[in-house]
Amino acid sequence: MKDVLTSDATLVSDYIKGNEAALSQLITRHQQRIYSFVYSKVYDKDITEDIFQDTFIKVIRTLKRGGYNEEGKFLPWVMRIAHNLVIDHFRKNKRMPKFDNSGDFNIFSVLSDGDLNAEKQIIKEQVETDVRRLIEELPEDQKDVLVMRIYKEMSFKEIALKTDVSINTALGRMRYALINLRKLIDKHNIILTN
Amino acid sequence: MANIYSKKKPQPWEESCPKKETIQFLLNYSKALSVINYKGEKFEALLN
Repeated sequence: MKDVLTSDATLVSDYIKGNEAALSQLITRHQQRIYSFVYSKVYDKDITEDIFQDTFIKVIRTLKRGGYNEEGKFLPWVMRIAHNLVIDHFRKNKRMPKFDNSGDFNIFSVLSDGDLNAEKQIIKEQVETDVRRLIEELPEDQKDVLVMRIYKEMSFKEIALKTDVSINTALGRMRYALINLRKLIDKHNIILTN
Repeated sequence: MANIYSKKKPQPWEESCPKKETIQFLLNYSKALSVINYKGEKFEALLN
């Protein structure tokens, strides 16, 4: 019952103070979600086990080094670490392709298609989510212009008409939107590459 | 009755939880790891 009542933040704080049992509680509480998340990406029990282990090694090291800022977001933080390790795993596999000998020969393991692979798909989704979140932080007028130009593919003339400003103003807003986006990317230390 | 040779599918609960050994390893790792602060630098020591 105590386990249900104690918040993650309290357990993390206890753990940082030296209570090792708190870590056990945190792992027990979140193991299923983290493990399932990793398994849903890699579909391999052994790899999932490795990534799960590496995730918590990173968690333990960061907590012990005092590098964790408590914002009441323990689980999202751990999930993010797991997510990044999944990406690392796919990246490593791309450099050193592994042949799966567990079943029959699969021609698709040596032939690649032109579509995005799982790693690129994950990165693409992550980048798109990050960009959408960043756009939300822009001032309303800049956000409107950027959304109309990039997502709705409207011309600056159309944007100017719709927002009832001159074309130059629309262009200026777009310029500031991009400048501010870059600033936000730097501020949040986000890597947007695929 | 014919034998079924197909692979036994893992139970859902088996798929969604790590092994006990993994958890135990993590708990032992945590107990063994200590971070030493020295002149503003942080050093890790694994004391087994």
